[in-house]
Amino acid sequence: MTVALLEAEGLDKCFDGVKALTDFSCAVHEREILGLIGPNGAGKTTLFNVLTGFIPSDSGRVTYRGRALIGLPPYKVARAGVARTFQILRIVHRLSVLENILLAFPNQPGERLRNVFFRPRICRWQEAENRKAANTLLAEVGLAEKRDDPAEALSYGQQKLLSLVCCLATGAELLLLDEPVAGIAPEMNERILEVIRGLPGRGKSVILIEHNLDAVTQVCDRVIFMDAGAKVSEGTPQEVRNDPKVIEAYID
Amino acid sequence: MEYLLHILILIGIYVILSVSLNLIAGYAGLLSIAHAAFYGIGAYVVALMALYWESPFWINILCAVILSGLLGALVGIPSLRIRGDYFVIATFAFQVITFSVLNNWVGFTGGPMGLPGIPQPVIFGWKVSSHLGFFLLVGVLCSLILWVSCRIVRSPFGRVLKAIREDEVFAQAAGKNVAAYKMFVFVIGAGMAAVAGAMYAYYISFIDPTSFTVMESIFILSIVIIGGAGSLRGPVVGAVVLVTLPEMLRFVGLPSSVAANVRQILYGGLLVAFMMWRPQGFLGEYSFEKGSDRG
Repeated sequence: MTVALLEAEGLDKCFDGVKALTDFSCAVHEREILGLIGPNGAGKTTLFNVLTGFIPSDSGRVTYRGRALIGLPPYKVARAGVARTFQILRIVHRLSVLENILLAFPNQPGERLRNVFFRPRICRWQEAENRKAANTLLAEVGLAEKRDDPAEALSYGQQKLLSLVCCLATGAELLLLDEPVAGIAPEMNERILEVIRGLPGRGKSVILIEHNLDAVTQVCDRVIFMDAGAKVSEGTPQEVRNDPKVIEAYID
Repeated sequence: MEYLLHILILIGIYVILSVSLNLIAGYAGLLSIAHAAFYGIGAYVVALMALYWESPFWINILCAVILSGLLGALVGIPSLRIRGDYFVIATFAFQVITFSVLNNWVGFTGGPMGLPGIPQPVIFGWKVSSHLGFFLLVGVLCSLILWVSCRIVRSPFGRVLKAIREDEVFAQAAGKNVAAYKMFVFVIGAGMAAVAGAMYAYYISFIDPTSFTVMESIFILSIVIIGGAGSLRGPVVGAVVLVTLPEMLRFVGLPSSVAANVRQILYGGLLVAFMMWRPQGFLGEYSFEKGSDRG
């Protein structure tokens, strides 16, 4: 068993009496792809929001590499090493594809005005380095020729891929991907899954929310089935798919 | 010739105002209507210091920028936490409060009587008194502000501002401290507006609160919107157009009482027309119409 990268314990979250998370615990290990499945309203996205600081939890704790995450604002969670994508597509539509990725790089000296005016050389140097890294990433996922197009000009599938690449560019080691292949044509679907499968090879770990069970079975090492804010079943994709409780929940 | 220089000086002052507001509204998407307040604060700080302490030009302008920036931070702390329409209302409130203070604190600001007789600035022993002198001075400061703003928007800092304007949540998820960026750009914009105020006070040598009303804030915002929010050249073009346009009315031969009203109608009409047919302005890349529904 490898070391747990992120551990969540006893998370609770209530929205006006509706329990979105009840005593939810989970752990992700290094270079693991953990699938999170369950019916709509099971609390999957709420879990992401709690883990990344977008929504405060009512109780429970989250540690990432031994550091407490609960209570940190989203940008600090991202800097700590937990990045995410969103169920609704979020990219900067009116910036170019390249600029979207450049935006995501961490610790840019040029993001401080002091450096912009007094240390322009180091800003330019870092920008050039980031540009190289961004171009490499774009080439790897097959978006290189779209580099200078505005992000809004891409197809929906390409935009989803771009948001995944942005998430990767933040340098975070744990990526929370919220339905990365929902509503995408089969070919692009395959390309995005391929990128996700390659993430552990880059030293990344993933929690993946996805409704498409075949996709989950293809890429995930381990799967958690959630319903009504609680963990119902956990195991390998095959085990979870054959769990009577899961079958029952899906039929209900 | 003097008339032409006068117009050019006014254009310069409005370029400073609109370029600085463009950083706040055009790049960061924060629709502030408190810009005339910072403009006024700059003018009053300079006027009071020059009148009472007879302190030198650079000291005055520096104090105006710092004080305006500090007030910007003070306003920013509560109002930048709220978004969209509520931010507009918060800045509106600050604008109204500033005007009321300038208008009613008679012992300090002269109230509605204003502050007359602001001495002409002396820079390195050179007394700026002619139109040409003021034109050069405004030109230098205007270029400086343009250069600073150009550096800001072309840097990674500027890229983050654009991201905040388009999608704040995405910027947060990418690890950007959105609140800090908003505060920075708001304070910088407020400080730049004070430079314009300082130039206005020195040039006209008389200031009163009516130059720094809500209408003035809206006028500056119109320059940004009509010129093109979120572009570097847009506000410059906007300032040239909106400052010279009413001067044209002069040559049509309208009596001055009518001209003043026609001016207001003209601005209103232009703004409506641009909102309907060209919401991104002459040169802009960003329209508030589209941006507002994304928050």
